[in-house]
Amino acid sequence: MIGSAARDTWLLFRHGLAVTLQQKFGLVFGAIQPMVFLVLFGPIFATIGTWETLVPGLIVQLGLVSTGMAGFGVVFERRFGVLERLRVTPASRLALLLGRVLNNVVALVVQTVVLVAVGYAFGLRAPAAGLLAGLALVVVLGASLASLSYAVALTIDENLFAPVMSTIVMPLALLSGSFLPMSMAPGWLDVLSRISPFRYVLEALRELFAGHYATGTVGLGVAVTAALAVVSVAVGTRVFSRENA
Amino acid sequence: MIETQGLTKTFKSGVEAVKGVDITVEPGQIVGFLGPNGAGKSTTMRMLTTLLAPTSGSAKVAGRDLLADPAGVRRRIGYVSQSGGVNLAAPPAGDLVLQAMLYGMDRGRARERVAEVLALLELTGMEHLPGGALSGGQRRRFDLAFGLLHRPPLLFLDEPTTGLDPQSRAHLWDHIRALRADHGMTVFLTTHYLDEADALCDRLLIIDGGRIVAEGSPAELKAGGRTLDDVFLDITGRSLREEVPA
Repeated sequence: MIGSAARDTWLLFRHGLAVTLQQKFGLVFGAIQPMVFLVLFGPIFATIGTWETLVPGLIVQLGLVSTGMAGFGVVFERRFGVLERLRVTPASRLALLLGRVLNNVVALVVQTVVLVAVGYAFGLRAPAAGLLAGLALVVVLGASLASLSYAVALTIDENLFAPVMSTIVMPLALLSGSFLPMSMAPGWLDVLSRISPFRYVLEALRELFAGHYATGTVGLGVAVTAALAVVSVAVGTRVFSRENA
Repeated sequence: MIETQGLTKTFKSGVEAVKGVDITVEPGQIVGFLGPNGAGKSTTMRMLTTLLAPTSGSAKVAGRDLLADPAGVRRRIGYVSQSGGVNLAAPPAGDLVLQAMLYGMDRGRARERVAEVLALLELTGMEHLPGGALSGGQRRRFDLAFGLLHRPPLLFLDEPTTGLDPQSRAHLWDHIRALRADHGMTVFLTTHYLDEADALCDRLLIIDGGRIVAEGSPAELKAGGRTLDDVFLDITGRSLREEVPA
């Protein structure tokens, strides 16, 4: 059963990756927005903060924008009947979700590596261990965001997905402290941002990029990221199994 | 091949879409499932194909228990939904190989099987065209191809010819007849076209208000010189012609 689900996940992942690689422009354009912030906002931010603070923020923003919109693909698959066709195959529902999610995670990791590389050119100096640990956190974050995005896409009216998600993503990015740390925010905004799990993920990422590993902030960020992943994948799988998905 | 007892479906909204349906389909039959819009056709078909869980009742589909072994049912049925299954943004070639592999074939066998099915449906060479570049009839045959890759003994077709021109419809009918004649396949189809039901089906089931209200061969239902449209009108109070989707 598990072997079969793993095989189906692999098949769906590989197929999705082949399709993604055929759409190179989609990958490039997905990374443009954070890159624009890095190039046009980064040098200004660097006068009051550090690249080790900004780049993790842009990575979380990239995750929200890129992986958070992953559900857009499944909107079309549902419209074309592709999803229903796959749901009548013996493939497990978990595989139908994870195959897609893994593909989104790979795309996010590639975009993150490019962002970090360009960040290095501007002055980012993060230790290798911090970068690798941060990348691991990005993988889990990407899986969570993609799962949630698919769940939303299969739950709401297909015409509402793009406007709803684009409305949600920017406040989430701002509340996470992507552009400026929430320690600079007034009290009420600081409190509000603590509701968002992405704040904790981002604070952990910043700590890792600064070379601080065994801290409470990192522990909390890792715990929140892991919990978010478990809940998101469970919700996503449930939605994929649902009758009207 | 299909045996249901007291199959019902009540949605969370309280709507009773299917109210105790008993269906028996023998192997090798082509059975037409007719009914007005909202009669329970699609809900019944979605239950039989494991897409919807029945509220109560039991069913054996292709020799497997629908409730206890839905994955077993999926392995033994083909399903062509009304909305199709061809991705309009990409060529179907890769999707066909993936679909075959999801039924357990290795890549080499999947490619061979895809080639066989494409030849059977006269689609060879078209699999590399984007789905959006295919005609309605070609797309419908690709939909059928997806449902045939794993050689299912039972094929469900939901409105297989809706929206097709007469020539494409007749072409698809020939393929459906050949599936039964050459491969012994059982076919369970819904249609809004009475000429299609008459020409293709050995038996017809008419559902209205969530219940099977008539069944028999087209000849039995037309006894007394009536047309199928007369029969449908008598039973449901509506002409099926009024129901044909745009």
